Amino acid sequence: MEQKITGCGVVSGIVKGEVLVTSESISFWGGVDPASGAVNDPRHELFGQSVAGKVLAFPFGKGSSTGSLIMLELVRVDKAPAAILNMRTEPILATGPIVAEHFYGKKIPIISLDASSFRKLKTGQSVTVNATENYIVIHA
Amino acid sequence: MRLTDEENSILDGKRGEAARIALSVLVDLGTLFGAEELMRVSQVHIDATLYMVEAGLEFAEKMVDWGGTVAVPTSLNPSAIDLQRWDALRVPAETLSKHKRLEAAYLNMRATPTWTCAPYQHGIIPRFGEQIAWGESNAIAFANSIIGARTNRYADLMDICAAIIGKVPKFGLHLAENRKADILIELKDVSSRMFADDAIYPLLGYLLGEMAGDRVAAVTGMPQDVKIDSLKGFCAAAASSGAVGLCHLVGLTPEAQTLEMCLQGNKPRRVLEITPAAIRKAQEHLCMVKNDAVDLVVTGCPHYSTAEFMRLAQLIKDKRIHESVVFWVFTNRTVFAWIKNKGILSDLIAGGVMVFTDGCPLQYPRESWPFKAAMTDSAKFANYCFSQRGLDAVYAGIEDCVETALRGKICRKDSPWNKK
Repeated sequence: MEQKITGCGVVSGIVKGEVLVTSESISFWGGVDPASGAVNDPRHELFGQSVAGKVLAFPFGKGSSTGSLIMLELVRVDKAPAAILNMRTEPILATGPIVAEHFYGKKIPIISLDASSFRKLKTGQSVTVNATENYIVIHA
Repeated sequence: MRLTDEENSILDGKRGEAARIALSVLVDLGTLFGAEELMRVSQVHIDATLYMVEAGLEFAEKMVDWGGTVAVPTSLNPSAIDLQRWDALRVPAETLSKHKRLEAAYLNMRATPTWTCAPYQHGIIPRFGEQIAWGESNAIAFANSIIGARTNRYADLMDICAAIIGKVPKFGLHLAENRKADILIELKDVSSRMFADDAIYPLLGYLLGEMAGDRVAAVTGMPQDVKIDSLKGFCAAAASSGAVGLCHLVGLTPEAQTLEMCLQGNKPRRVLEITPAAIRKAQEHLCMVKNDAVDLVVTGCPHYSTAEFMRLAQLIKDKRIHESVVFWVFTNRTVFAWIKNKGILSDLIAGGVMVFTDGCPLQYPRESWPFKAAMTDSAKFANYCFSQRGLDAVYAGIEDCVETALRGKICRKDSPWNKK
């Protein structure tokens, strides 16, 4: 059954992909391997899993301001998440996708959801992220 | 956003491709965060100075090719390596050229080669209330909280864009109303004996970061005589465990002479507390070593200050680091020149300490230094060490770090917060 959820599009774009969700915040620098896209912080619940090509869902970013650089590198080597779903987008998280769009011409849409919508996301779900019209559709 | 004629002409490419891209990025950021206009900043600190990934070098070099130069005084965060003593740091030849290319790109942009992550101690130091655009999470937290200058947490790449334009979107922590404390953290049952141990401050910062996340917190109960370097360690830890851009230490920091002042007449949304039990837990969290083996002791994350060097020199005086341990200190060129003139450097070298400038201890060439375990007096370093270098680390105060280095095995005295 399809479920449409309205959110707030932060960086525009439309993409369909598979959800990878965590309730823990993520720091891309010191948290994600820029060569492979794998989460490399052993204390993170996604440790060992790759964010590449996934609709990555986490509540908000944390940590170092170098996160944007790691995101740009993930875009350069084609290991970036396809889209990001979260509850709050802070400037450091938004910078990677904004620069990627102007510098490499590649889009990583971001949509911020409220807490109850965010909780509906489950790893493995197929979702369409439409950050241009501010909604997501959970397909299964 | 409302843009001036001059800004619109930059978007039309009248000031070249670098300025066009830089301003496009800033305008997107401003639009996203509801800024109505751009505002001037007096200075920028660029964080994207470490050669870590190819994309960073590609971006910097392209911006130079496209005519990018800084529009305001701009300081630089560390390089990944010591740009002068790279051989002693055993930097492999194949990556040396990348670091040197990135150095050249920033010098070509006419940035000031400060190469330090503590620009609030040696660099282009801002004053209270000054509007600035800084990258480097520890420096941002320090500038906002301890100095009361105003910057958002500018990410790598956004900092370069801000430097090229000399402006940022007017939003977030640039505006007084967004600097009010949202949550209140009370230090509870933390005794003066605990506060007398400098090792407590990074642990408190680490806990604050976990509790505050990206919210502005006010902390009550901090003593009045905290050293500036302890506040440095506190901010660095807070900005590594959370997205802390600003926190108020009531009675200590300029925007928090009183609790009411930093709450700006509001009630805190949440009230939390830090107890000795929480401090113990933070210390356990920052201990990833499995036994007492150690072969690296590292300090200077953020970069070591003159006062920190004086204390280290006292601790090591007439002693010698154990042959099985490498002891590194990272600092900037200004402090390095000072310790050299003062004779501290030669004493430290005689004791077996290696001092590096310009670089970042979290970026040492791991293939050249196959360490097994590290001890550090930086909670930030301990927090990031495994994910950055694949190395287990343990956090401890500087006395323990020196004792460990002298004996060649991990030695930790009992901390006052461990006593029930």
